[in-house]
Amino acid sequence: MLDIQKIRADFPILTQKVNGKPLVYFDNGATSQKPQIVIDAEVKYYQEINANIHRGVHTLSQLATDAYEISRGKVKDHINAKFAHEVLFTSGTTFGINLVANGFASILKPGDEVIVSSLEHHSNIVPWQMLCEKTGAILKVIPINENGELIIEAFDALLSEKTKIVTVNHISNALGIINPIKYIIDKAHAVGAAVLIDGAQAVPHLKPDVQELDCDFYAFSGHKMCGPTGTGILYGKEEWLNKLPPYQGGGEMIKEVTFEKTTYADLPHKFEAGTPNIAGGIVLGTAVDYLNNIGFENIQHYENELLEYATKRLLEIEGLKIYGTGKNKASVVSFNIDGIHPYDIGSIIDKLGIAVRTGHHCAQPIMNFFCIPGTIRASFSFYNTKEEIDQMVEAVKKAQTMLS
Amino acid sequence: MTIKEIQNEIIDEFSMFDDWVQRYEYIIELGKSLPLIEEKYKTDENLIKGCQSKVWLHGEENSDKIVFTADSDAILTKGIIAILIRTFSNQKAADIINADTDFIDEIGLKEHLSATRANGLVSMIKNIKMYALAFNAKNN
Repeated sequence: MLDIQKIRADFPILTQKVNGKPLVYFDNGATSQKPQIVIDAEVKYYQEINANIHRGVHTLSQLATDAYEISRGKVKDHINAKFAHEVLFTSGTTFGINLVANGFASILKPGDEVIVSSLEHHSNIVPWQMLCEKTGAILKVIPINENGELIIEAFDALLSEKTKIVTVNHISNALGIINPIKYIIDKAHAVGAAVLIDGAQAVPHLKPDVQELDCDFYAFSGHKMCGPTGTGILYGKEEWLNKLPPYQGGGEMIKEVTFEKTTYADLPHKFEAGTPNIAGGIVLGTAVDYLNNIGFENIQHYENELLEYATKRLLEIEGLKIYGTGKNKASVVSFNIDGIHPYDIGSIIDKLGIAVRTGHHCAQPIMNFFCIPGTIRASFSFYNTKEEIDQMVEAVKKAQTMLS
Repeated sequence: MTIKEIQNEIIDEFSMFDDWVQRYEYIIELGKSLPLIEEKYKTDENLIKGCQSKVWLHGEENSDKIVFTADSDAILTKGIIAILIRTFSNQKAADIINADTDFIDEIGLKEHLSATRANGLVSMIKNIKMYALAFNAKNN
């Protein structure tokens, strides 16, 4: 059992008032709030050990380097990667996906196929479209059903020896649906295709085991899991990271530079050109520790309770429809009210202190599928409460009255 | 009436409201009563692509003035459009170009014009001015 009040006390922002009302923060899918321990770690880094890493011989540089590499090790353990050098620090999920898509430009040939799904965030669509334009490869899309679930038979039918990479999210950002990624990975491997998993929405809710999943790449962001903004991780299997060319050139990623030829550094540095977000990388490790201390089993159990409660309470509202009604879901509820634009609801409940996301959630193909301009998305974290859900339901009812 | 006079009139109207609920209810009413844009002008060309709500804007010349009609799929956006139409429609191009929109702040709707709302309103004001610039250039 989680002591929610104790946990809430870790997050200073949660005591704020917004528009004169106590803040109810249900936009966790966009970014999570940060516990004091994470904020303190960021300050401590700059106060005590700020120095550039990996090259300095002086003490501060070594301390900063050690802290950075310890953090990499924490992430490695957290996702159960085989080696720490398979864990690349990035600026976020988008960067990680672009790194892989860019690398595949040297692998794909005209007529090869890339499979994405209809549930993807734009950042897991556009880099692949760009890749296909560049290489002459063809983009194939796994469709969804009315519940917002991938039609898995359609995926099976899309797979062939032409498929070179399959890229899907672990959990849909717009609907909260958890995808059957183990099945997708195994099936894709059977035809020799690589698999990238966009884990941005998964890592706040669960602990991915990349070896058990056997995915080739797993990309996620730090800021959605209590870490600082501008941090992220790309996990890649060693063999793949060796195969892909570097993404950016610069310092740190080289072994030797002459004007005739440059040789690249070993993993992970080959993909970490330039001075990285040192503070962010170190503090991401603090965030991982924080979440593991609470425990992902506890988090999942409690968030499922919130999801069930919110679903039940919201459905009491007349004319309310939930999108993404598949069984396997994370704590996200995406909904609309009959005849009312989500923007109108969002604007009014904001006045009542409720922070939700409205719009297409950077997943326009899903909105087109349901023929809607967008939804209202409430995404819950382990620091949210049922009382807050009650407040949201009351706010939505008030908005509905005002708008109809 | 000049644009400034209309804006002051709107500020006066909004000053009667005690809280945001009354302000929003008024905007919703305005949105409902906005004369709709003719269907034939609800084209992709006239669509201002905001991130969240759609806004259609059409402008045409009527002697030396510009007449605007508009619509949106979100009612709050539509209400604010009604306010903007009241301000800028039937005005001379040069006056539209020189007018500011500070009154939106004064009637407590600033958040609807912030970048994050991405609702097409900022683009709408820009497009109103673009129409005015175009008419001005054509006639001079």
